[in-house]
Amino acid sequence: MIRFTRVSKSYPRTGTAVNDVSLQVNKGEFVFLTGASGAGKSTLLKMIYMEERPTTGEVRVAGTSSVTAKANDVAKLRRKLGIVFQDFRLLEHRTIEQNVGFALEVIGAPSTVIGGKVARVLTQVGLAAKGRALPRELSGGEQQRAAIARALVNDPFALIADEPTGNLDDRATRGIFQLLREINAQGTSVIMATHNLELIRRNEFRTIEMARGQIVFDSAEPASTAERRTP
Amino acid sequence: MSRALRDVLDDFRRTPLLSALGVTTIAFSLFALGLFGLVALNIRQALEKLEDRVEIRAFVAPGTTPEDMGQAAGDVASFPEVQSARIVTSEMALKRAQSELGEFRDVFEGAVLPGSIDVQLKPGRRDPATVKSVAERVKRFSFVDDVRYGEEWIEKLYRLRNIAGIAGLALGFAFAIVSVIIIGATIRMAVLARSKEISIMRLVGATDSYIRRPFLLEGFAKGVLGGLLALVLTWIAQTMINRYVIETIFFTARVALLGLLFGALIGLIGSAVSVGRHLRRV
Repeated sequence: MIRFTRVSKSYPRTGTAVNDVSLQVNKGEFVFLTGASGAGKSTLLKMIYMEERPTTGEVRVAGTSSVTAKANDVAKLRRKLGIVFQDFRLLEHRTIEQNVGFALEVIGAPSTVIGGKVARVLTQVGLAAKGRALPRELSGGEQQRAAIARALVNDPFALIADEPTGNLDDRATRGIFQLLREINAQGTSVIMATHNLELIRRNEFRTIEMARGQIVFDSAEPASTAERRTP
Repeated sequence: MSRALRDVLDDFRRTPLLSALGVTTIAFSLFALGLFGLVALNIRQALEKLEDRVEIRAFVAPGTTPEDMGQAAGDVASFPEVQSARIVTSEMALKRAQSELGEFRDVFEGAVLPGSIDVQLKPGRRDPATVKSVAERVKRFSFVDDVRYGEEWIEKLYRLRNIAGIAGLALGFAFAIVSVIIIGATIRMAVLARSKEISIMRLVGATDSYIRRPFLLEGFAKGVLGGLLALVLTWIAQTMINRYVIETIFFTARVALLGLLFGALIGLIGSAVSVGRHLRRV
């Protein structure tokens, strides 16, 4: 479903961000992606939703190849993915309902469908009563729930979350993580980049650790365990 | 399209100052272009008036009958370059000279002036080469003594017209380029103000053409509004010039409409360039 084949990415000014990574994430998997800042986690995630293309190698996501995909193919791929960030990225002047509906609006969904879908997904993330609020009227945890609702409204096959709990306190972190687990339980793959080792330790999900652009540990591949280096 | 239109209205409502600044900038750059156009139009008009006076006068030998002159005038009038050819008999020439001289009319008492065939050329066929070629053909009539057409004067007039034409084209082009750059910069501000929205649109899978649409519509709307404002400003300027300086003419409705379309077009091009550059960069 998501496959990296000998993928490297380098930037003219900052050098190599990802170095010869091969990786596969299957349908319905929950994957933690961890590693120090600058290890290449965000670049790896960006290559999944093709915000960045590999310098060498190939990323293949649900049949879309990074080598051949045109701008329109990338747009279509993103309709099948949900993407969540640490800083929520909500539109300040729109209500939560409008923010969530925005994801359907911009792909041309009929307005008759939008209302029902938005209500369903807001209920799923526990924000049914806050639909008319503006983002600034919500707590950080609630804003992240709204961002997750926006990511979910298109029924994605995978949710890409780049440090989704990075700005949240422990309680909100637990709440968001619980929500991601529920989403995963319904069949959506979740790939979550995080620094929160406590979270990783307490949960028995696949964990991929990166350092200096390479995968140094992947719990799904026992052979790599021996190579694990402590950060 | 309805979403794009709603977005444009939302944007005007949400950032009224930025939108007003955009429209005003477009208006003033088009106003400068309009003033220049007005000057160019009036110079052209003045030159055209001078061109109307381009005339070939073929003086006939004494004793030529009005019938011969009439027949020759008919032949000349059938030349493709010729608008009209009329005969001026000796008596008519005298009367004309007397009326032109006013209080000195007595000077011509008893004088004999030669008759002539006065040839007017069609507009657009009054250049020195055509005038000369027609003059030479008229000269071939056996009873034509002399042909006058102010050769030097016509050449100067045409040189002036060509210089005015080239200068007008070059300056107009420069003004248009400057307008596009200024308008592009204004729209770029509007694009930057919405860069977060654009990045979210892309994340959730909006195509570039979908993202572009409201900006193009906005550029078009600002171009039309700016164009209208520029037209009003130019009209006010022309009215003031008419009142206090010199009588001038204004654009015809068709030219004014073309100006408006031009404003809309550069609004559209400015938007397309700005949003295209932004989309390539993010």
